[in-house]
Amino acid sequence: MKIIKSSSSGSLESNDLLVFVSPNSGVKIEIDSIVKLQFEKSIYETILKVLEEFEVKDVCIKIEDKGALDFAIFARVKTALLRAGEEK
Amino acid sequence: MKGLKRSFLFIPGNNPGMVQTADLFDADVIIFDLEDAVAQSEKDSARNLIIQAFTTYKYKNCETMVRINAVETEDFELDIEAVCRFELDYILLPKATVEDIIVLDKKLEMMNSSTEIFAIIESAIALETAFDIAKASKRVKGLLLGGEDLTADLGVVRTKEGLEIQYARNRVAVVCKALGILAIDTPYTDVVDEMFLVQDSEEGKRFGMMAKASISPRHIETIHSVYAPSSKEVIYAYRVLCAMKQAKKKGFGVFSLDGKMIDSPIVKRAERIYQLAKKMGLKVSGVEYDA
Repeated sequence: MKIIKSSSSGSLESNDLLVFVSPNSGVKIEIDSIVKLQFEKSIYETILKVLEEFEVKDVCIKIEDKGALDFAIFARVKTALLRAGEEK
Repeated sequence: MKGLKRSFLFIPGNNPGMVQTADLFDADVIIFDLEDAVAQSEKDSARNLIIQAFTTYKYKNCETMVRINAVETEDFELDIEAVCRFELDYILLPKATVEDIIVLDKKLEMMNSSTEIFAIIESAIALETAFDIAKASKRVKGLLLGGEDLTADLGVVRTKEGLEIQYARNRVAVVCKALGILAIDTPYTDVVDEMFLVQDSEEGKRFGMMAKASISPRHIETIHSVYAPSSKEVIYAYRVLCAMKQAKKKGFGVFSLDGKMIDSPIVKRAERIYQLAKKMGLKVSGVEYDA
């Protein structure tokens, strides 16, 4: 999938996260989380899993996490990518 | 409690906090809502969240239902494709008509889905054709009365006393009894003032409703207590079933209890109350449950 525009998904409610996606050269991920110290690596891996599933090679992803679990991170990143992307 | 169908709790399909804890609210059936509780701009997000939740979690303590968007909306097909990607007990169809049920049934057939359907009766025409709606597919296992939309359609004011939905409650209950499916009462929609919750729940039960929908986890306990059989009912049901066993042993086709003839409807009702009490683990003096 090719990212052709900026988009976002999710919210800043507890247990949720806000995801911003925009076109980029290469993969850039920025994570801000209330549990960054404990779960940054895990959040990062979940994001990479979604990128792999949708074959996204060039994207900038910024997230503001409010304690979301993996399933919500996956779903919100997926939604933001689909809103910003164009199937190859 | 899984297996019982007293309470049907709506939770917003786009709220991760509620979706991930749905199993803990003690409702018998959780309704993940993709319709009214989700803004139009967030329908895609809610679908993805629910797909991911069901892929991740097994909701072991409750049965699961998704309220999809109405057949006439552009989200309908997308919702069906989404819910057919995971194991789901029931689909709840809003604004149901006979034609809509047929469309949904065909769609599920095409997707090789065995998911069953509950339909919301929330317009005057739906109420008057409720029997046909329920008969339009073998998948239809119950009707849920949507009191808010119905009264809006009728152009009458919805009150806490509920006089304006008496006929609707009665009609939905009668249709469901006639077809042997579940009649679910409209939710009590005031989450701040719960004074009328017990009265509203009892009113539905009095008219023949067998369960109640809810929009607040705080209402579940009250709904369960209203829809639980009383000790008196459980004792009588147990006595009917014991008397029936004795009669069978003696080879009697018909029997009586306390001087009254017991016929098939009374036995059926006794069986239902006994099984409900057993599943709920109700402890009633003098009543023993089968292993």
